[in-house]
Amino acid sequence: MKLAYYPGCSLSGSAKELDISIKAISGPLGLELVEVPDWNCCGASSAHSTGHFLSFALPARNMLKAEQAGCEEFTAPCPACYVRTFLAQKEFNENPEMRQHLENALGQKFEQQSDIKIKNVIEVFMDKIDSSHVKKPLKGLKVVNYYGCALVKPPKTFGFFDDPENPKSLDKIMNTVGAESIDWPYKTECCSASLCFTNQDATWKVCRDILQMAKDSGAQAIVVACTLCQSNLDMRQSQVNKKYRTDFNIPVIYFTQLMGLAMGIPAEKLGFDKLFVDARPLLRSLNLI
Amino acid sequence: MREINVTQSLDKNKEFLQKLREESGQNPGQCFQCMKCTGGCPFQFTMDYPPSQIMRMLQDGLIDEVLNSFTIWTCATCSTCTTRCPRDIDIAKLMDTLRVIAYHKGIYNKAKNMHVFHTTFMNSVKNNGRLYEIGLALGLNLGTGNLMQDTDVGLPMFMKGKISILPHKIKGLDEIKKLYDYAKKIGE
Repeated sequence: MKLAYYPGCSLSGSAKELDISIKAISGPLGLELVEVPDWNCCGASSAHSTGHFLSFALPARNMLKAEQAGCEEFTAPCPACYVRTFLAQKEFNENPEMRQHLENALGQKFEQQSDIKIKNVIEVFMDKIDSSHVKKPLKGLKVVNYYGCALVKPPKTFGFFDDPENPKSLDKIMNTVGAESIDWPYKTECCSASLCFTNQDATWKVCRDILQMAKDSGAQAIVVACTLCQSNLDMRQSQVNKKYRTDFNIPVIYFTQLMGLAMGIPAEKLGFDKLFVDARPLLRSLNLI
Repeated sequence: MREINVTQSLDKNKEFLQKLREESGQNPGQCFQCMKCTGGCPFQFTMDYPPSQIMRMLQDGLIDEVLNSFTIWTCATCSTCTTRCPRDIDIAKLMDTLRVIAYHKGIYNKAKNMHVFHTTFMNSVKNNGRLYEIGLALGLNLGTGNLMQDTDVGLPMFMKGKISILPHKIKGLDEIKKLYDYAKKIGE
């Protein structure tokens, strides 16, 4: 199936390992990724803080480009991009005034409703993987699954189906690939990504709380789907340690990287070298790489 | 706290409250102060007024206080409040709308960092079609005066191939320009 793939600024930059691992596992799982032609930044999180039109029009352009490329489904793995694109489609279809504005701005007429299905990254892979794909179960790996806020909240607004307070989709995927998911209370706590440049004291505090809870829960690693959570907990872990004199050394790994590993793809092809807190010593100690 | 005359403040800000309801699609009048939003808010500790108090202030027409609050800027839009509100008010959306209004009015005295960040970010997208991280970091640090912010992670990011030295300009930059010009034209 042809899936429009919108890497957005984060997957072409700070979340490169997500891009690499998605590309590595898509083929074996029967997905054909088509990068959205000449995509632009969706504007999250600044466009929606500074105005309505651009917060709609920037992601709408990407959505329309994907439709023109003949794709039926669209994924923006960065949850901020996903949310903006999902809302843009809603506006496009349900708010004639906004659509009119877009037509005026671009000097084009859009007759059709947009019916490309906008999916988040968990949604894309959740039903694609089953035990038949698992060649090397991740035995002995104890993880907590961290969904963050943007993927599951608020409910009813987005097309995603998981419980906003106690989501299970990542747990299910981790079970399929043979890792042990530890239940913990911080599954959907916000990591403060939207404040990570503007209120760093607050960011370090909530990241410290999340890392501490993961550690106290007995996790060896934190599994994430969100690019913003990943960079906050991984890249900023050293800043948290400095600020709070802690000694966290918890790898923060994308679920797609672990899926790839379980599917028998070598770690070198899954972007493990891009993580700040190196996950390889842990994986080596469990004979997983 | 100083004395306020709710009838007067509501009357004075009638138009504003109407506009807020229209733009956000939310009615703060629905709030019955159960405080679940405040209880669940992960950033309450850094706010000057907790979310439930912002709702009450809107009900009383205390618009200047709300627009001048730090709360609307340090709300991280995580939507935990929206998820739990028994009155189905999208509180995060309200905060977003208030932020847009404050931004357009140029009210950001307590949130200089946020203002510099959003402005630099939007200019970066305008000029390149995509975000240019180094440009954003530079603009942010120069604008806020926090010159050393995140310099510790800059080099490792570069070594890991996570940031590029030069911006990537998209081909359809003229379309992006049209969108920005139009936003300006309609006063956004």
